[in-house]
Amino acid sequence: MMVLDKKLVRDLWRLRGQVVTVALVVASGIAAYVAMRSSYESFARAQQTYYTRYRFADVFVHLKRAPNSISTQIAAIPGVASVQTRVVVEVNLDIPSLPEPAQGRLISIPERSIPILNDLYLRQGRYIEPGQRDEVLVSEAFATANALRVGETIGAVINGRWEPLDIVGIALSPEYVYEIRGLEAFPDNKRFGVFWMSREALGPSFNMEGAFNDVAISLAPGAIEAEVISLLDSLLEPYGGLGAYGRTDQISNRFLSNEIVHQRALGIFIPPIFLGVAAFLIHIVLSRLIHTQRAAIGLFKAFGYGNSSIALHYLKFALAAVLLGTLAGAPLGVWMGRGLARIHEEFYRFPELLFAPTWQLILSAAGISSGAACLGALSALRSVVALPPAEAMQPEAPARFRPGLIERSGLSRHIPLVMRMIVRSLERRPWKAVLSTIGMALASALLVVGLFIYDGITYLVRVEFETAARDDVAVALNEPLGSSARYAILHLPGVLRVEPFRAVPARLRFEHRSRRVGILGLDRERELRRLIDRNLRTVDLPLEGMLLSSSLARLLGVLPGDTLTAEILEGKRPVRQVLVTGVVDDLIGTSAYMDISALNRLLQEGQTISGAYLAIDSQVAPELYSSLKRTPAVSGVAVREAMLASFYSTIARSLNISTTALISFACVIAFGIVYNGARISLSERAHELASLRVLGFTQREVGIMLLGEQGLLTGTSIPLGLLMGYGICAWLTYIMQSELYRMPLVISRQTYLVAALIVVLASVVSGVLIYLRLRRLDLIAALKTGE
Amino acid sequence: MGDLNIHALRGVDLDLFPGEFVVLLGPSGSGKSTLLNILGGLDVPTSGQVWYLDHNLTEADPAELTRYRREHVGFVFQFYNLIPSLTALENTVLVTEIAEHPLDPRECLRLVGLEERLNHFPAQLSGGEQQRVAIARAVAKRPEVLLCDEPTGALDYPTGKVVLEILERVNRELGTITVVITHNAAIAAMADRVIRISSGAIVDIQRNERKAAPSELAW
Repeated sequence: MMVLDKKLVRDLWRLRGQVVTVALVVASGIAAYVAMRSSYESFARAQQTYYTRYRFADVFVHLKRAPNSISTQIAAIPGVASVQTRVVVEVNLDIPSLPEPAQGRLISIPERSIPILNDLYLRQGRYIEPGQRDEVLVSEAFATANALRVGETIGAVINGRWEPLDIVGIALSPEYVYEIRGLEAFPDNKRFGVFWMSREALGPSFNMEGAFNDVAISLAPGAIEAEVISLLDSLLEPYGGLGAYGRTDQISNRFLSNEIVHQRALGIFIPPIFLGVAAFLIHIVLSRLIHTQRAAIGLFKAFGYGNSSIALHYLKFALAAVLLGTLAGAPLGVWMGRGLARIHEEFYRFPELLFAPTWQLILSAAGISSGAACLGALSALRSVVALPPAEAMQPEAPARFRPGLIERSGLSRHIPLVMRMIVRSLERRPWKAVLSTIGMALASALLVVGLFIYDGITYLVRVEFETAARDDVAVALNEPLGSSARYAILHLPGVLRVEPFRAVPARLRFEHRSRRVGILGLDRERELRRLIDRNLRTVDLPLEGMLLSSSLARLLGVLPGDTLTAEILEGKRPVRQVLVTGVVDDLIGTSAYMDISALNRLLQEGQTISGAYLAIDSQVAPELYSSLKRTPAVSGVAVREAMLASFYSTIARSLNISTTALISFACVIAFGIVYNGARISLSERAHELASLRVLGFTQREVGIMLLGEQGLLTGTSIPLGLLMGYGICAWLTYIMQSELYRMPLVISRQTYLVAALIVVLASVVSGVLIYLRLRRLDLIAALKTGE
Repeated sequence: MGDLNIHALRGVDLDLFPGEFVVLLGPSGSGKSTLLNILGGLDVPTSGQVWYLDHNLTEADPAELTRYRREHVGFVFQFYNLIPSLTALENTVLVTEIAEHPLDPRECLRLVGLEERLNHFPAQLSGGEQQRVAIARAVAKRPEVLLCDEPTGALDYPTGKVVLEILERVNRELGTITVVITHNAAIAAMADRVIRISSGAIVDIQRNERKAAPSELAW
């Protein structure tokens, strides 16, 4: 081993505390990078592979009913590669283990297994057998949530009759990677599931013999989606077509693609914070090391070592710390990435294990961290090269302090001496102070971000499920019924209040923009469903006209007072001009709201309802549920409590995990910066502090002089960090807003408080470690040696 | 390689009296620094006893030693050891803040002839000026004992003499026991008593009949 390398090993050992803290910061950055990036890459790859192998369709359309012969006309549309017509219906399910009814979506499949669009991957069991009409395949998400097994039987109300369904297999479809009912923000896999059964079984039960009500299409290469959609819409309009849409509007794909985009964004945004901090720490540690070894450097130069070999020696020091961090961080990242993938697999169902980190990724992580090391080492190394050997061997002149801010401000006399020392020391190296503050601020910012995601989602849930939605149960009907249905529902056991709604699919047009949405008609006088604005104030429905979700208004470019065109996609399919009277800041989905009577008039129909919101007597809930389970007219029942419970057991749990990771990372940053800052200032000022001890200052007094600087920096960094955190959260809510849901920019006071406390705590711990070192100050040496 | 026990001092028996100016003379390695460390409460002997009035310093714990230094001892270092981030005045004030009956810091700086340089930082002062600030700082808390470790060691001849004059003045005007350790035999002439140390033992204690003024010294 070369002498310089021996020295390197000794330096590393002597400065192990600092080396380890730098390595920890690097490890956090690399872990975050590897975890997020590998999870993103695996996810994106899994999506692509799955879609290709299982022929995920390009265009989808639901309609009322069309004869099979139309299928050939669809296939004849230029750009259409293949067509899959199907029967898709919603039914009310009776799951033995579930008190309330669940909703099932039955999708027809060929009796014999042949390649189809949105093909199924069979996880367990077998494909349905021809002629066995009761056999179904069940989606894995639903089967897992309800602990359903192959061989079990569940009940469904099919066309008014209670029928048993035999589960013969558990399957996955690229169409339902994210299995969600409709416009909800969170999946409720316990109460909504997809089933596949033979066309021959499904057709007759729903009056679909020789007919279909749903189409999936794949496009030929080079086809223009918009053109196909437009031709398809005009072809299917007579058959009650609800408007075709492409993959971007397909709900599962949209959630999945959104998630991939978010992961990519987070993966780009979080790791550089750590690597930046690591570069900064390397910079200060290495600068100090070189500073204390200037005599040795002079000696090496005098002996004839070249600049490059000495610079390389110190670069190796930086690289060793970073390498250590990378070695720890990469496996940690793989482990965390696998954990992330496992959480994702609860929500996103793929045939194969998602997670597969690539070697390229690990290598690029090592490359990036080495880059950070070099960046951090750069200016320190430059000083090595610039140091003339003769000067290096001279003892150094005392630290130069000059009159600064305090003197100019004239406040000098009012500031305690210790404070003056601290401020002057910061003034002497302003960049170090600024970078330390920014680094620490990033720690609190990260904490704010980590805790905010929790705040935001909890707020979203509270607003949507507590302030806006106050119903206990929402009941959806198979088909619109007359208003007498309202009284039928009121007479069900335990129902205290019924507020009907009318939901109708429509296409809203404004200028050249259009959007397919549901128009929701609500009673003007109601208690169970509120529409609220940004400040949580109730917004009243207009007698005529329409309220839009603010996100929808933005998409369409509509302002209150504008008139838009509403093409109703149901019944007589009227096209009407409707005045937009205001916007509603709902956080989930994009909707348009009207007074139910106004909507009925617009639809040119009597007082019909599509369902109702109920307040119920919870004591009688089991009876209500069991009668709802067997009510043929009911296609779906949503129980608010159950949805909340499902939310807290899934999303909230996964959030907790990511929040914990962010908190520990932020602690590493705060700890690393304070520890190194104080450690270096101890090394720089050991002589001064020892002199003070000789003069009779106690260890505590000297400790305050030493740690006051870090304390001041920490104190300054916290408000800055909270502000930065707010900014990052604002940016996150901006990039994460979608038509599916909007994360509100709500940061609780508790989040700020906890973020500040954690940073303070991390600083205190590292401060204490340094304080304990003060005991080892060599007082006698202070008497003997110059600086 | 085993540890080797070296006795830096052996069989030292010494009294210091109020108002005395004592020069501890000896070559390097003679043990004079160890003696100063013990007198200053920075170190305790492995055997024997050290008394300050009725305090037994030999049995004092680190906190008590700190209090002893804080209340009774003033230090002047060879390399001045000023706080670089504090001005001359502030370096002096710093010490008065922890003293019970301090002198006026400005007065102390006037005593060392630096009334014009109050607001200069150490880096803006010459070596001699820095040492004078250090003396002002040491006497500002009105110590009973002033310990000076090679106070002229890092200074040139004329500056060294100025510093010695100031030490003599402090001793005369404030009545502080002043102990100067040095290997410079010429300084011995200005002492009340000269204690010669060699190889860890006091070899000679000599009382000067006539104290020379620092201006008379030459080396």
